Amino acid sequence: MTIDERSGGVVRPLHRILLAFPISLFTFALFTDIAYLKTAEIQWTNFSAWLITGALVFGGIAGVFSIIDYVVRARRGRSRLSLIHLVALALAWVLGLVNAFKHSQDAWSSVGAFGLILSLLCTLLVMIAGWIAYSARETI
Amino acid sequence: MDKNLLAASAATLAMALTVASCGNASDPKLSQTGQNPDLPKVNETLVPAMKISPPAGWNGETPTVPQGFTVSAFATDLKIPRQMLVLPNGDVLVAEGRGGHAPPVRPKDVIAGFIKKQGNTKISGGDRITLLRDADNDGVPELRAVLVDNLDAPYGLAYVEGYLYVAEQGALTRFAFQPGQTGIATPPERVTALPSRVNHHWTKSLAVSADGAKFYVGIGSNSNIGERGMALEEERAVVWEIDRATGARRTIATGIRNPTALAIEPTTGLLWSVVNERDELGPQLVPDYLTQVRDGAFYGWPYSYWGQNVDPRVRPQKPDMVAKAVKPDYALGSHVAALGLDFARSGGFGGPYADGAFIGMHGSWNRQDPSGYKVAWVPFSGGRPAGQPIDFATGFLKDGEARGRPVGVAFDPTKRILLVADDLSNTVWRIAPSR
Repeated sequence: MTIDERSGGVVRPLHRILLAFPISLFTFALFTDIAYLKTAEIQWTNFSAWLITGALVFGGIAGVFSIIDYVVRARRGRSRLSLIHLVALALAWVLGLVNAFKHSQDAWSSVGAFGLILSLLCTLLVMIAGWIAYSARETI
Repeated sequence: MDKNLLAASAATLAMALTVASCGNASDPKLSQTGQNPDLPKVNETLVPAMKISPPAGWNGETPTVPQGFTVSAFATDLKIPRQMLVLPNGDVLVAEGRGGHAPPVRPKDVIAGFIKKQGNTKISGGDRITLLRDADNDGVPELRAVLVDNLDAPYGLAYVEGYLYVAEQGALTRFAFQPGQTGIATPPERVTALPSRVNHHWTKSLAVSADGAKFYVGIGSNSNIGERGMALEEERAVVWEIDRATGARRTIATGIRNPTALAIEPTTGLLWSVVNERDELGPQLVPDYLTQVRDGAFYGWPYSYWGQNVDPRVRPQKPDMVAKAVKPDYALGSHVAALGLDFARSGGFGGPYADGAFIGMHGSWNRQDPSGYKVAWVPFSGGRPAGQPIDFATGFLKDGEARGRPVGVAFDPTKRILLVADDLSNTVWRIAPSR
């Protein structure tokens, strides 16, 4: 029995909706970081800071769903993809947290090469996590 | 395989958190006061050092003063006392209040604002001026009155020829006033509006030239180093000169990040300021300073500090501005938050305290080893600082807890006393030679 069979189809869409937030927010933070580095216009890095914070909040809740899902699947011995999804999401979250602190530094230091690389990694990782989640034939 | 993946991600997490939180400790060997402070390398950390000394009461104790001096509470239960003025008749005025209306623009502003609040008084600002009269100089005011109320975060005070001038956070205001008055009923007159948009650094310091013809107003920056955008920094981090007769104003100094107190050096008649420098470059950057405010000088903010040391956080960089930056005269130590300045006059307290300046230091937040939290004495000779600063009043910090935080200092040459405003315990301390 998968989660959404048990929950009558509520858990699965909720999980996917929550997952949509970090996917788009991390991605947009990458764009606003690039915009800041191109223009030195402060408002872009302010946007990045809030986008990353939003990604962490919703990504964190989505992560709880992913953990439960992994545990349920692990018991059934069919958890490989679920684990890769979970690890990708967790890494994105942790790097996102570091990036949130990076973006709390002032002006140019709020992004820099390090912030841009973190934003890039977060985007890639959350895309991987999303790809697995959305393409899974059976429920993750 | 699964276990390996899990272990790898746990290790990444641990490493990330370690990287996030570490930062250099202070090096006690560095000398950070005087004309030539040692400046370490920039040390930015992902999480800025935030060491808030939690407030604690004095419990009947008092600050520690040098041998031969006594200290007592001159007034208590004030509402955030900041700067003070001793009137020609000896009455003491205390400006009380808290200003600023900077909206949080990043998640950081919300979080850091909450943390810093833990180190401040819970009382809300008085937005008023209290008058204290101790005509017999016994240390106990016979009279205490609210001179004027409903002000907008009053800070700098001055009295010239029948008018009390108050630098509120958004305007220089004056009231018709004669020393001896204990209340003001006449409405205020606006002398000139002062930059007040956002008001990240809201305090407007005030001094009068030796001949009484000019006012000087210190206007702090609207950010740490321009992270709210440079558009908000127009006519910020400057000192204005305002003509008393005409109200015309001119900017005499720029790039002077937060000039929190201005005073005239009595032997030369020149204008001096204590200035709060930038944060988040490490525990020993950048030293706050005491400097003569030179006409036309650019003091570096935000592009560089202590002369030509470029701040890596500011873009676009301005090498032409950096080249122009003037070195301040005298370093007071990093993050001490110098908020008070007054010169000894008419021989001061005599001995080592005859010629020099008292400096109120509110105390640090941006370093693990707290600095400031005291009143320092900088000896002068020939109108210039001469020698290292000396602790004059200490004990504001005890066992890691803050009992008080000094702001304004006022020396009264007639009574030979030093008053220290403490905006944490909401007290004015009176320091006098022992009889």
